[in-house]
Amino acid sequence: MQVYDLPDARGYFGPYGGVFVAETLMQALEELKLAYEHFRFDPEFQAEYTNDLKHYVGRASPVYFAKRWSEQLGGARIYLKREDLNHTGAHKINNTIGQALLAKRMGKKRVIAETGAGQHGVASATVAARMGMECVVYMGSEDVKRQSPNVFRMKMLGATVVPVESGSKTLKDALNEAMRDWVTNVDSTFYIIGTVAGPHPYPMMVRDFQSVIGHEAMAQMPALTGRQPDAIIACVGGGSNAMGIFYPYLGLEEVRLIGVEAAGLGLASGKHAAPLNAGTPGVLHGNRTYLMQDENGQIIETHSISAGLDYPGVGPEHAWLKDSGRAEYVAVTDQEALEAFHDLCRFEGIIPALESSHALAYAAKIAPSMQRDQILLVNLSGRGDKDINTVASLSGISL
Amino acid sequence: MSRIATCFAQLKQQNKKALIPFFTAGDPAPALTVPMMHAMVAAGADIIELGVPFSDPMADGPTIQRSSERALANHVGLKDILAMVKQFRQDNSATPVVLMGYANPIEAMGYEKFATQAQAAGVDGVLTVDYPPEECTAFLECLTKHDLDPIFLLAPTSVNARVAAVARAARGFVYYVSLKGVTGSANLDLTAVQARLAELRQQISLPLGVGFGIRDGAMAKAMSQFADAVVIGSRIVQEIENASPETVVARVESLVKSIRTAMDS
Repeated sequence: MQVYDLPDARGYFGPYGGVFVAETLMQALEELKLAYEHFRFDPEFQAEYTNDLKHYVGRASPVYFAKRWSEQLGGARIYLKREDLNHTGAHKINNTIGQALLAKRMGKKRVIAETGAGQHGVASATVAARMGMECVVYMGSEDVKRQSPNVFRMKMLGATVVPVESGSKTLKDALNEAMRDWVTNVDSTFYIIGTVAGPHPYPMMVRDFQSVIGHEAMAQMPALTGRQPDAIIACVGGGSNAMGIFYPYLGLEEVRLIGVEAAGLGLASGKHAAPLNAGTPGVLHGNRTYLMQDENGQIIETHSISAGLDYPGVGPEHAWLKDSGRAEYVAVTDQEALEAFHDLCRFEGIIPALESSHALAYAAKIAPSMQRDQILLVNLSGRGDKDINTVASLSGISL
Repeated sequence: MSRIATCFAQLKQQNKKALIPFFTAGDPAPALTVPMMHAMVAAGADIIELGVPFSDPMADGPTIQRSSERALANHVGLKDILAMVKQFRQDNSATPVVLMGYANPIEAMGYEKFATQAQAAGVDGVLTVDYPPEECTAFLECLTKHDLDPIFLLAPTSVNARVAAVARAARGFVYYVSLKGVTGSANLDLTAVQARLAELRQQISLPLGVGFGIRDGAMAKAMSQFADAVVIGSRIVQEIENASPETVVARVESLVKSIRTAMDS
């Protein structure tokens, strides 16, 4: 039940999206588009993908009623879509499995990826190990420092992790560097982009692979609660977990869709990563979308406690959903996300990723003013083991 | 006839090939950009390719990335660069100037405002790395209205349909990227470039420039045997990086002169 057939043939969601890349990559993207158009409806491809999601990832991921936390907050009942229980600990694997199956069919022996929090890097290294492909992961050197457990995981899985020293040394610079690798090795290499950004067909392809989250939830919620939720809440960096859970629900107008960006030290401070809340449209990383930029069109440095949200752009479909009013985009601060992180640990025995903690924080904000028969579904996109160093050092503890 | 077309017509009469040096405006210092342009012309440059720095130069190697970072640290934006071109034009009305950069600074300024001001400043061509012909229809209309030549890249990976799209949209000259990779890479295959240029000429009547990976006079000379223009970027930017502010203009001038001499020998 889709309400629209976007993107169009040129990769546009309204004015957003497109293919803004150097000429060297144009043909590679055309080939990828054709391959994806072919395999997305190929029964054998779909069967292999579904089988891998079930037996390798462990899908379907459960929906869990956070009863004690809901009671503590008072108000709406909060349910969690447990993407943190997937193999490798986040939703990212849904997409890397899909793209790796595509890479294999396209005859590529080498995959590259960019990563912020390291979850997409781990998920890419994982599928590459399983398929016997060479894997190189680009990661900002700042992120290498704050996500060291994931760096080690990638290395154990046989991937080469390349710390990127240029620019702000975070996710956007890792993406630049992965693009440079792809330009140089375009014949042999498949670029596994981890979010719903980049040039067409990536935003569509990643959304499609991630929409398994929303499709499952759509079947699970009525079985558990007798109906669909009043609102779905997901964090938005590039926006893949949000797009994955939102997409199947776009046609159900009565379900509010709420994307939560990183307000960092506060939107007024300028130190945040909330382009949909405080940015303007422009062109970066192959697509037109909302960006954090200065008056000269230079991309400005972002800040978030969470490496996975520390990105100055956002997927073009979110830009379109914002303008069209179908989804709402809000922002929560580092501090609010941290409080939600600790609350979920203590009340539910679940250590959430700092990224997902942003979505939890917004749920905690609105639940108390809602009725007890109202339902919030939060996409718990990843687990927080990778963040224990960050949280410990904020508490003055060295591990 | 545009300055770029005039330039290529005159070179053809003299049986010479165009030398197009590149550097980033504002690197190493904004005050040195216009003197650098004049010095390049004095050394034998036919067209100046002026880089517009961008925070995320995805198609550039480390040398030009660093150059962009230096220029941005000097707070050089598109507006400042147009003012520099205007100043250059006070003493030079003949040498074409091509701006090379990325889409977002132009998006931020707005197409019409950019095209109007670029024309007024005396810019001749605009190369926007991440605007393939498919994505810049409205921008092309603005450029055409203001007599600015849209310059496009072609790559070893460009298939015939893409070459045709560029042939339809391009004016001035077409810039062939001589290798798969970022600017400043070193794995250049002359024979392959020669064969490819011959193929491109079946579809493209504009002059063909070659760039990416040309590092010295000998290579420029070899390229100029079959290309209409040779673009030298990273090698010049490297010279800028390694020179002191006092000597940088003279060092770049002598480098460009040595390449010119090799090409004409």
